[in-house]
Amino acid sequence: MPTYGKGLRVLSILTLTTITAALILVFFYAPLDTDQGFIQKIFYIHVPLAIVSLCGFVLGGVFGALHLRTGDRRYDMRSYVTIHMSLIFGVAALISGSIWAKASWGHWWVWDDPTLVSYLIVVLMFATYTPFRFSIEDPERQARYASVFAILSGAFVPLNFIAVRAAQGLVHPRVLTVSGGNLPGPMLLTFLVSLLGIALLYTTLCKYEMAAKNARIQLRVLRRRLLGDEDISPLQRSAAPSL
Amino acid sequence: MTPLAVAPALPLHSAGKYVAGAYIVFVAVILIYVMIMAVRLGRTERALVELNRDVALREEASGDPQEATPAL
Repeated sequence: MPTYGKGLRVLSILTLTTITAALILVFFYAPLDTDQGFIQKIFYIHVPLAIVSLCGFVLGGVFGALHLRTGDRRYDMRSYVTIHMSLIFGVAALISGSIWAKASWGHWWVWDDPTLVSYLIVVLMFATYTPFRFSIEDPERQARYASVFAILSGAFVPLNFIAVRAAQGLVHPRVLTVSGGNLPGPMLLTFLVSLLGIALLYTTLCKYEMAAKNARIQLRVLRRRLLGDEDISPLQRSAAPSL
Repeated sequence: MTPLAVAPALPLHSAGKYVAGAYIVFVAVILIYVMIMAVRLGRTERALVELNRDVALREEASGDPQEATPAL
C-alpha cells in the first residue's frame, strides 16, 4: 500500500519556517528598488510562484513519461497532483503579476508582452488537463492519455521559455540571467529564500493532496473488501486517478 | 504605456495597497485550497465512521463479535 504522508509534518514545519524567514527578509532586509520603490516587493512572491508552477508543469510531464514507461499508476497520481498544484500556483502568479502590472505600467494586462501572454497560454493549456481527464471514462485509458498530454504540454514549457527569452523588445525586466543576473546581494538572497519557501510549499501541498487522495482510495478498497461489491455504489466518473 | 525603465516609483501610501493585494491573493489562494481539502477530509472521516458502523452491524448480525479496531 503506497503511503504519501511520510515526512509531511517535518516538511510542513520547514515550509512555515522558510516562508516566515522569506517574509521577514522581504519587508525588513531587502533594500527598496531605485526605480520601482516599495512596489517591487511583489517580485519576491510573483516570480517564485511563476518559476515553481512552470517547473511543476515540467515535472508533471516527467511523471507522465514514467507512468507510460513503467505502467505504475502512482506516477499518474503524481503527474495529476503536480499539474493540479502548478495550476493553482499559476493562477496566483497571474493575479499577483496583474496587480504588479497595474501598479508599474498602469494596466492590469499587457497583450504585447511575450512573457505575459506565453505564460497565460501555458496556464490555459494545462487548465484543459482536468476536463480532458474527466472526458475519458475508462480509468486505464484516462491515465494513459493524460500522461501523453502531460508529456507534450510539459515539453512545450521549456520550448516556450526559450522562445520568449529569444524575443526582442521586451517590456518585462530580465533580472535573472545565465551570467549571474542583475540583482544585488541582499535582493538575490531574499529572492532565493522566497523561491525555496514557495518550492517547499508546493512540495508540502502536493504531498498533502496525494496523502488525502490515497486515504480516500484505500478507504474505498477496505470498504469493498469488508462489505463486498454489492454494497458499494459504483464509482462515479472522476478526473482524479484511481490506484 | 510607460516603459518600465522610466516608470516613477509609486509613493508608499499608493504602493502599499498593491503590495498588500498581491500577498493577500497568495494567502487567499492557499487558504481556499486548504479549506477545500478540509471539506474533503471531513467527507473521508464521515465515510470512515460509516464503515466502522457497517462492520459493527455485520459482526452483530453474524453473532461473531470481534473487537473492531477503533478509527482515531
